[in-house]
Amino acid sequence: MIALLIRDLRLAMRAGGGFGLGLAFFLIITVLVPFSVGPQSSLLSTIAPGIMWMGALLACLLSLDRLLALDFEDGTLDVLATAPLPLEAALAIKGLAHWITTGLPLVVAAPFLAVLLNMPPQGFVWLVVSLALGTPALSMIGTFGAALTVGIKRGGLLLSLLVLPLYVPTLIFGAEAARRGAAGMAVETPLLLLAGISLACVALLPFAAAAALRMTLR
Amino acid sequence: MSIWEYANPVRFLALSAKVQPFAWGAAAIGISVGLIWGFFGTPDDFRQGATVKIIYLHVPAAWIAINAWIMMLLASLVWLVRRHHVSALAAKAAAPVGLVMTVIGLFTGAIWGQPMWGTWWAWDPRLTSFLILFLFYLGYIALWEAVEDPDTAADLTSVLCLVGSVFALMSRYAVLFWSQGLHQGASLSMDKQENISNVFWFPLVIAIAGFTLLFLALVLYRTGTEISLRRARALSARMEPRA
Amino acid sequence: MIPDLGKYATEVLSAYGVSLLLLAGLLARTLRRGKSARAALKQIEAETKRHGKV
Repeated sequence: MIALLIRDLRLAMRAGGGFGLGLAFFLIITVLVPFSVGPQSSLLSTIAPGIMWMGALLACLLSLDRLLALDFEDGTLDVLATAPLPLEAALAIKGLAHWITTGLPLVVAAPFLAVLLNMPPQGFVWLVVSLALGTPALSMIGTFGAALTVGIKRGGLLLSLLVLPLYVPTLIFGAEAARRGAAGMAVETPLLLLAGISLACVALLPFAAAAALRMTLR
Repeated sequence: MSIWEYANPVRFLALSAKVQPFAWGAAAIGISVGLIWGFFGTPDDFRQGATVKIIYLHVPAAWIAINAWIMMLLASLVWLVRRHHVSALAAKAAAPVGLVMTVIGLFTGAIWGQPMWGTWWAWDPRLTSFLILFLFYLGYIALWEAVEDPDTAADLTSVLCLVGSVFALMSRYAVLFWSQGLHQGASLSMDKQENISNVFWFPLVIAIAGFTLLFLALVLYRTGTEISLRRARALSARMEPRA
Repeated sequence: MIPDLGKYATEVLSAYGVSLLLLAGLLARTLRRGKSARAALKQIEAETKRHGKV
């Protein structure tokens, strides 16, 4: 399991994607938003938590279609499917690797980018906490989406269409927590619900993803 | 190929051929009576004026939009557990019907909302949930179209339907948490007190019954279409190696 | 014939128009696809018969 994780991480690094690409995408979104809505700092600070979450969502989505596609093409997935390690565990590890390469950097970078959007400093902590709690769910849902579409040629667009609606609950609670945090309100309820969604996704979705993958590989 | 492969669809088609004339007829009667009665025969609401007549389209369409998804969920489960092809194809057949009903629900709602709420669209929990349901229908249909092998497509869409249902339900409650509602409560309920008044109630119930029968007839017919397509595909695949 | 819809005539009529149009579209598509699928099946079945039972 650890070996698989290390292998995935190393591959992500070598491809030059991994840390860099998702993060750069996140940065670009944050930079472009003021151009599209105007530079008024009061407006920006209101929508900053939502923009951060939206950016995280899209950055996550960006690297999903490569999550399984390359391994599918070179036959690694067939090996994994017949390996002693259950496919569920392998997919959970792949989700984890995706989170480490995309989710984690976003969590770390979020407060710095939030400064660009003039977000009130009291919200930084809750933005980071909400992203840290929510991005694992995003990665795991993404892994499920990738498993559904891996056998489809040019499945990238379809993947977005399938995955984005599934992101709705996570986005609602995550952005709500960040928003309330920025406004100085109580954040416990959305955070707890967000954590619940993340835990449920991490616990259950590997099974659904593995089932979908087996159907494609069969 | 086992006997199940053909026996089941054949029996299904025989039954469907018997039921369909009644379903089409009753659907036509139900929808015409419900809509005509509603349109010509009911008074205006004292607050909503004539716009109350939109309810005879809005509520039945919304009812089908939700129940079509539930039917697809059940059919998907049957396919995953028992692997009856008819079941998977029925789910496939129902999806576009559900999609159109969702669009009707959203459209009529928007048209009604403009004069009544002063806006086409509000991010109200019910409206938002419906929009999300619309996206789920789109994704489900797109996945059916994208996968080439029919059995794999049935498998993958069934899994999507299952997981999607869980997420749709979660979204429903997440959305409730996220925004306060503008939409009125249920139009029909077991509780008499909450019900809309009788004048509107009878044509509405008839329209709902008509839409439900229309859904049944459409799904039966479309499932028959899918069965034909599938059988044609199987036959031509068997011919080709010898040709 | 048409009841007095008051100031909401446009709304009510357009709601009915759009909905019935959508339903008719769905029905037409369903029937067209069904007809062509059934015809194609019949043709293939006839061809299979000509080639003899499998």
